[in-house]
Amino acid sequence: MSTFSNSVKVGLFLGVRQLRRTNRSTTILIISIMTFTFLNLVVVSGILVGLIVGGNIANRNQYTGDVIATTLSGKTTIDHSQNFISTVAHDPQVTKYTARYLVGSTIEANYKTRTNFSNKANSIGGQLTGIDPAQENSFSNISKYIVDGTFLQPGESGYIVLGSNLLDRYSSSFGDSFSSLKNVYPGDTVKVTVNGNTREFIVSGIVKSKVSEVSLRSFISNADFIQLSNRTNLDVNEIGIQHDTSITDLEMKDRLIADGFDATAKIQTADEAIPDFLIQIKTAFSLLGNLIGAIGIVVGSITIFIVVFINAVTRRKFIGILKGIGVSPLAIEISYLLQSLFYGFSGSLLGSIILYGLLVPAFNAHPLNFPFSDGILVADVPATLIRIAILLVVTLIAGFIPARMIIKKNTLDSILGR
Amino acid sequence: MITATGITKTFKNGDVITNVLKGIDLTIDSGEFVAIMGKSGAGKSTLLYQLGLLDDPTSGTIVIDGTRTTDLSVDDRTAFRLNELGYIFQDYALLPELTALENVMVPLLMQGKTTQEAKDIAHTSLVRINLGHRENNLPSQMSGGEQQRVSIARAVAHNPKILFADEPTANLDSESGQAVIEIFKDLHKQGQTIVMVTHEKEYTVFCDRVIHIADGLAV
Repeated sequence: MSTFSNSVKVGLFLGVRQLRRTNRSTTILIISIMTFTFLNLVVVSGILVGLIVGGNIANRNQYTGDVIATTLSGKTTIDHSQNFISTVAHDPQVTKYTARYLVGSTIEANYKTRTNFSNKANSIGGQLTGIDPAQENSFSNISKYIVDGTFLQPGESGYIVLGSNLLDRYSSSFGDSFSSLKNVYPGDTVKVTVNGNTREFIVSGIVKSKVSEVSLRSFISNADFIQLSNRTNLDVNEIGIQHDTSITDLEMKDRLIADGFDATAKIQTADEAIPDFLIQIKTAFSLLGNLIGAIGIVVGSITIFIVVFINAVTRRKFIGILKGIGVSPLAIEISYLLQSLFYGFSGSLLGSIILYGLLVPAFNAHPLNFPFSDGILVADVPATLIRIAILLVVTLIAGFIPARMIIKKNTLDSILGR
Repeated sequence: MITATGITKTFKNGDVITNVLKGIDLTIDSGEFVAIMGKSGAGKSTLLYQLGLLDDPTSGTIVIDGTRTTDLSVDDRTAFRLNELGYIFQDYALLPELTALENVMVPLLMQGKTTQEAKDIAHTSLVRINLGHRENNLPSQMSGGEQQRVSIARAVAHNPKILFADEPTANLDSESGQAVIEIFKDLHKQGQTIVMVTHEKEYTVFCDRVIHIADGLAV
C-alpha cells in the first residue's frame, strides 16, 4: 500500500479518535460557533432578500398573477380587450384570470354632516377599480385582506371597498405626505365622482394589503363602474393571468405576443412587472447580506484557526512523537483536517436543520412586518449548498494552516518542547 | 549495524555556541545491548537522538545496516524510522487520546498493515508484556510502569532492527524499572539490538557494553 493511502488511513484513525475523546464541552462550543456562523451566512442575506421577495410574491399573488397585461403608454384602455379576455378565458393552460377597469376618481366622505364649507372637504383622489368580485376574489383572494366589513358580493350594486391607505387611521404612518379620508367606516356612505358623474356608494369593507395596487385603490363592481364612467366599449385596463405549471411565465407572455396582443397592451411577466427600484434594492440587500455573511465566515474561520492552533500547540509534543515514530506529516495534517471538517460539517448540518426545520417555517408562518412587504426568509437549497461548500473550504484552510505550522517544526524540538 | 564517524553536534543560542558532541566514533553490532552512560549534560541523549535519526548531527556520518542515514531526505528518514527503528522515551510519550492497543497500532497502520492485522499484532505485543488486560485503557488510566511497557510494545511491535531507549526507567519506581529491564533482557535474548541511555548503573550489568560519554566524547 502506498505511503499516501497509509497516511490517509492513519490520519483518519487519529482524527476520529481525537474527536471522539476530546473534551465534549469544547466540541459543543466549536460546533455552536460554526452553527451560528452558518446561520449568519445564510439567514442574514436570506432575510434581507426575503424582504423584497416577500413583496414580489405578494405582488404576484394579489395583483399581477403570473402575467399581466396593462394599458399601453399614451392609451387610456386596452383596445379590443374583450378579444384578449376571450382568448385568455379559452386557453387551457390559463387557470385563472381577472379583468380590471381603472379610472381616476374622487371620493368624498362625511359630506352630509359637513357644516363649515370653508374647510377642506373630507375627500381623496385615487384610482377606482371595476371588478367582477367573484372572479377577482378567485384570482387574488382579495377578501382575505378585508380588515373591516365585508368584500363585494356578486350581483349586488351600490357598494364600494376602500383600500386601507386611503383612510386616515390606516395610513397615519405615511405622515402628512398623502391626504386621506377621515372617520370612514363600513356602512358609511361616500360620494364617488368620475369624469363629472357622481354617485353614492355604501362602504362595504376596508381592504388592507402591502401591495399598493390593492391598498391605494377603491373597488366597485363592473356594472357600477360602467354605469358611473360611461365606458360603453367594455375595454379594460388590466388583465391578470395565472397559468398552470406546464408553461412558464415567459412562454405564456410570448404566446400572447405571438397572438398579436402586444399591439394593444403592455404584456409583462410578474417578474418584469416588478419596479426597477425594487430589483435594485434586492441586489443591494443581497450584496449586503453576502458581505455580512462573509464577515461571519472570517470570524468563524478565525475561530477554527485559533481552536486548531491551540490544539496543535498544546499537542506539539505528541505531534513530534508521531513524527518520531515514523508517522508522516501528511497523516497528522489529515487528522487535523478531519477535525476541522467535522466542526464545519456539524455546524452546517445543525444550522441546516435549524434553518429548514425551524426558521423558514417560522418566517413563512409569521413574516417580518415590513412597511412595504411581509418579509420571508429566502433560503433556496442550491444557494445554501454553495454556502456550505464555502464554509467547509474556509474551515479546512483554517484548520490546515495552524496544523501545518506546528507539523513543520523540528521533530526533536517538538518532542522536547523547546 | 551502526557505524558513527566523527559525530559532532553544536547548538547556537544567540551568540552562545555549545559543542555538545565533539567528534564521536562508535560501532554497535547487530544484536548488541549497549548502554550509553554519562553525567547530566554530557551529551548522551543528544548522541542517541543523532543515532536514532531524530536529529541531524552538525557533522559526521552515520551508517545503519548499510544505509548512510545522514544523506537521507526528511521523508526518507521518516520512513526509515518507521520501518527500521523503535523508540522508548523517558516520559512514555503515549498519545493520550488513544488506548494502549491503539497506541501500539499506529506505526503498524503507517507501515500499511490492515486495521485487523495491526490490531492482532498490537494485541500480541501487549500480551507479551502482560498488558493484555489493559489494552482498552487510555494512558491516563494506567500507572507509569504500565505506560512505559505500552511504550515498549509500540516500539517493538513492528520488529525494528534497532531499539532506542532514552532513560526508560528514569520516571519509574524500582519495581517498575526492574520490570522494564526484564523486558529488555528478553528482547535482547531474542536478538534485538538495543541502544539505551541510562544513568542507573545497576541496569547496565545486563548490557553487552557500556559507552561512557564525557565532555562530548566517547571515553
